[in-house]
Amino acid sequence: MGLHIEDVSVVYPAADRRPPVEALSRINLKIEDEEFVVALGASGCGKSTLLNLIAGFLSPTSGRLVLDGRQVSSPGADRAVVFQKHALLPWLNVLDNVAFGLEIQGIAKTERYEIANKFLGMLGLDGFQQSPVYKLSGGMQQRVGIARALTCDPRVLLMDEPLGALDALTREKAQELILNIWNDTQKSVFFITHSVEEALFMGTKLVVMSPRPGRITHLFDLPFSRQFLGGTPARQVKASPEFIKLREDVLKIIFADEEAAA
Amino acid sequence: MTEQPPQKPAGIFARLARARPTKPGEIYGVPGHGNTLWISACSIAFFFFVWWLVTFMGWVKPLFVPSPATIVAKFVTVWNDGFTGTPFLEHVWISTVRVFGAFLLACVIGLPLGLAMGMSPVMRGIFDPPIEFYRPIPPLAYLPLMIIWFGIGETSKILLIFLSVFAPVVLGARSGVKSAAIEQIHAAYSFGATRWQVMRHVIMPSAMPEILTAMRIGIGFGWTTLVAAEMVASTKGLGYMVLSASQFLQTPVVIMGIFVIAVIAFAFDLFMRFVERRLVPWKGRM
Repeated sequence: MGLHIEDVSVVYPAADRRPPVEALSRINLKIEDEEFVVALGASGCGKSTLLNLIAGFLSPTSGRLVLDGRQVSSPGADRAVVFQKHALLPWLNVLDNVAFGLEIQGIAKTERYEIANKFLGMLGLDGFQQSPVYKLSGGMQQRVGIARALTCDPRVLLMDEPLGALDALTREKAQELILNIWNDTQKSVFFITHSVEEALFMGTKLVVMSPRPGRITHLFDLPFSRQFLGGTPARQVKASPEFIKLREDVLKIIFADEEAAA
Repeated sequence: MTEQPPQKPAGIFARLARARPTKPGEIYGVPGHGNTLWISACSIAFFFFVWWLVTFMGWVKPLFVPSPATIVAKFVTVWNDGFTGTPFLEHVWISTVRVFGAFLLACVIGLPLGLAMGMSPVMRGIFDPPIEFYRPIPPLAYLPLMIIWFGIGETSKILLIFLSVFAPVVLGARSGVKSAAIEQIHAAYSFGATRWQVMRHVIMPSAMPEILTAMRIGIGFGWTTLVAAEMVASTKGLGYMVLSASQFLQTPVVIMGIFVIAVIAFAFDLFMRFVERRLVPWKGRM
C-alpha cells in the first residue's frame, strides 16, 4: 500500500538547439500511508516535475509510479492537488469552489454542499460561503484550495508550494493548520517547499533534491511535526537545538547545490 | 570647486512628463488613471458649440454643414412623415433586424467554432486559412460576389454583415480558450474531469471576458458594414436612408441617419458593458 515511485526518470526532449534535459534521474521513493513527505531543493531540482508525475500530469520517460498496487498513468481523484496560486475559479463563490470536485464527480447539490461546508468549517472559513474568491486574501484563498482538495477524500494530497505566496505570519498559521488537518484526516501528503524551516517543521520524511540532473540526494526522518501535534508549541519546536542543527545541515547541502550551479 | 548649475524652475514639459502626485487612496503611476466623465461632457459640448458657431455665423454653406437645429427639425419631420414613403421606425427596425440577425447568427456559429478552434489543432488547421484569408478584405470588395451568388435580396445583405461580425467573434472565442490558467485545468482533471467537463466548467467560463469583448467588437463591425449591405436594391433601412439622401444632397438626413446609427450602436454597447459587469465581475481580478 501507499505510493511507490520506482526508478523514475524524466527527460525533456531537445528543443531549440538545446540538448535534452534530464529533469529527474532514477528516483526511488515510497510515500507510505499517513506519511507527510516534504521535498526540498534548489530551483531546477525537479520537485515540481516529481509532483506533476504523481498527479499524473506528466508521464515518466522510464520507471513507474504505483499507488495502492495500480500504476499511475493519468490524473485522478485519488490524488488531489493544492496549487501555489491561480487554481481557484473566480466565477464561483467560495462554497461552489470547494464543492467543485464533487460537482465534477456528479454528486447532488445538497450532498456536495454538506461536504463542502464540513471542510469549510475545518479550515475556518465558515461565514464566507457566498463570498467571491477574488475578494479573499491570499491566505484565505489558499485555505479554499486546501478545502477543495480534501472534499473528494483523496488517498494522497499533493501540495506544490501552497504557502509560497503568503506573508510570514499567515504562513506559520497555515503550517499549523495543515498539520492539524493532516492529523485529523490521516492522508498521505507530498509537500513541496522552498523554505527549509517549513520543510523540517511539517514533514515526517524530508527528501532533499539536487539539480542537473534532478535527483534525491538525502533522506531524513523528522520528528518535529509529531512533537507539535503532541502539544509542544510551534515556536518551541522550531527553537529546539535538534531543529536548529538539522536546519543548518540541510541549508549547507542546499547552498552547496546553489553554489555549484552559479 | 564644482559650480552648481543654477536650478531652473521645471518647465511645463518637464511637469507634464512627470506622473501626477496621488491623492490618498490612489496608486501612483497607474497609466491613464482618472475619471473622464466631465472631460467627455466638455468635449461633446465643445463639438456642438463649434458646429453651431460655424453654421450660425454662416461660415459654411448649409448644403455642406446644416445647423444642429436643422438636423433636429429634420428628425421630427422624418419621424412624423417617414422617408421615401416608409415610416422612420420601419427604417430603424429593418436595419436593426439585419444587424442583430447577422450578429446572432455569427455568435451562434462563430462562438462554438472559435472554441473548437482553440481546443483542437484539427479544427484550427481547417478553418484558420479561410478565415484569415477573408478577414482583412473590405466587405465592399466582396459585395459584388455576394450579389452574383445570392442575388439582391435579404440573403446577401445579412450574409455581408454576418461575415464582418463572424471573424472577430471567432478569433475572440478562439483566443479566449487560452485564458484558463493551466492550474485551473489541472485542478479539474485531478478531480477526474473528462475533457468535456473541463471545457464546460473551466475553459468556457474563463473565456467569457474575451468572448464578450469579441461580441462588442463584432457588433461594431456589423454596423460598419450596414451601409454597404444596404447599397444595392434596398428601399428600406438606415443605410439606405443615408445613401439615398446623399444622392439627393439632403445633408440633414445624412447627418441625422448617422446619429441614429451611432445612438443605437452606443446603446447596445452600454448594454454589453452592463452584461459584462454582471457576468464577469471577476474580469482581470484573478
